[in-house]
Amino acid sequence: MTSSGEVMVKAEGLRKSYGTVEAVRGVSLEVDRGQVVVVIGPSGCGKSTFLRCINLLEEPSAGTLQVGDRRIDFGAHHGRQGRSMPHGRELARFRARIGMVFQQFDLFPHMTALQNVMSGPVIVKKMAKAEAETVARDLLAKVGLAALTHRFPRNLSGGQQQRVAIARAMAMAPEIMLFDEVTSALDPELVGEVLDVMKQLATDGTTMIVVTHEMAFARDVADQVLVMDAGQVVEQGRAEEVLLRPKNPRTASFLSRFHSTIGERKA
Amino acid sequence: MILAAAYIWDFGLVLSYTHLWAKGLGVTLAYSVGTVVGGMIIGVICGLLLLVRSRWVTLPVHYYVEIFRCTPLLVQIVWFYYALPIVLQVELPDWFAAGLGLTLYMGAFATEIFRGGIISIDKGQWQASRALGMTGGELMRHIILPQATKRMVPPFVNQSIIQLKNTSLLYVVAIPDLMYTGSIIVSDTFRPLEVYTSVAIAYFVILYPLTLWAARLEARVDQ
Repeated sequence: MTSSGEVMVKAEGLRKSYGTVEAVRGVSLEVDRGQVVVVIGPSGCGKSTFLRCINLLEEPSAGTLQVGDRRIDFGAHHGRQGRSMPHGRELARFRARIGMVFQQFDLFPHMTALQNVMSGPVIVKKMAKAEAETVARDLLAKVGLAALTHRFPRNLSGGQQQRVAIARAMAMAPEIMLFDEVTSALDPELVGEVLDVMKQLATDGTTMIVVTHEMAFARDVADQVLVMDAGQVVEQGRAEEVLLRPKNPRTASFLSRFHSTIGERKA
Repeated sequence: MILAAAYIWDFGLVLSYTHLWAKGLGVTLAYSVGTVVGGMIIGVICGLLLLVRSRWVTLPVHYYVEIFRCTPLLVQIVWFYYALPIVLQVELPDWFAAGLGLTLYMGAFATEIFRGGIISIDKGQWQASRALGMTGGELMRHIILPQATKRMVPPFVNQSIIQLKNTSLLYVVAIPDLMYTGSIIVSDTFRPLEVYTSVAIAYFVILYPLTLWAARLEARVDQ
């Protein structure tokens, strides 16, 4: 949760449009090593699309994106000879440095928990199986699933599947982790176990960008909170500033729905 | 009524043509296996081509599939047997020209089966693989195909069963398969009832176990 000042992700004026609809309309963000950034906002505000632009699951239409030392310019001004969006192996290599966890877990159903976690190192990094297994076992132990390594996803609860998915992303030793509403598809009683794992990662110094509706998590873990509405950042700042004393009326009205959650620790 | 009552069944004579029957059966099985394997190879190649993002690649494949799905197989067999050699100005061996239509027909359906299997895989699997940093080839080989092939097997077995029956159409270009062999024995014995009944029974005996097997495969995939 501490930042060393080294910039891990820098987005400048990032835009994404689908035809005439602009889902992300000029978002800028700077994330330092070890920082946890939480992105909140109403459904459809473009926060997930913004997150998916960072590992290029979506191709931004304009703006600049820098991850580590790799900087990419998007948009028309770039001219036609400089292809801005990386392709093929170059794109794959770019994504390999960024971990991502999804709302629907998306574990590989034909692999056990252990094989899921090994998949990145073995398939992408061509790591020896024995070595990858050691890495995977350590990570599964870390997320509290040491006893369930040989279960297939269909025999795991939602919370367990999501913890495997986190371990799978971490197995690539990513420079940054992206979390896209990872607790939204879970039964309420399973949300806590996943958030606990994420809190642990944050404490360990993992750089994270988290899109979520869990306001208590934002309050407790975030270094920086970004509030998005209609594709734009409407408020940005330190968690307690934004969550407890929002300046923007739209943030205030959005947060009013969560006030019981945000305030609960203050008692 | 009188005719039917008076008819005396005699399978003995018909079945005495053992050598011919065996040869006919062999030809039917050879064309079945050959055209299914050929069609499968076409299906995998064309199915993969359909996943390419360029319309220049997908459109020709799309038209190939639709042409073979929307014209009668009988017409295809006859066209490839009689018309293609004229178009190409070459002599094709009879056995080859006869099998070409059947193979391309199977290929069209196999393409659809292959594509259907691939696109039936949840898009979350693609994005999770990409997010891990897999290239297109890696995610296909390790994530998509292992899941998709399981789903392709039952429709593929079903199409192969239909294909074995379809080889009987080779009759029209005088390929001595089971059906054509039957017609020869009829002209020799004047026993169409026994001959064509035997032909039907032969097809049934081969295919019935295959349909049972297909049903079991389907049940296993559904699990």
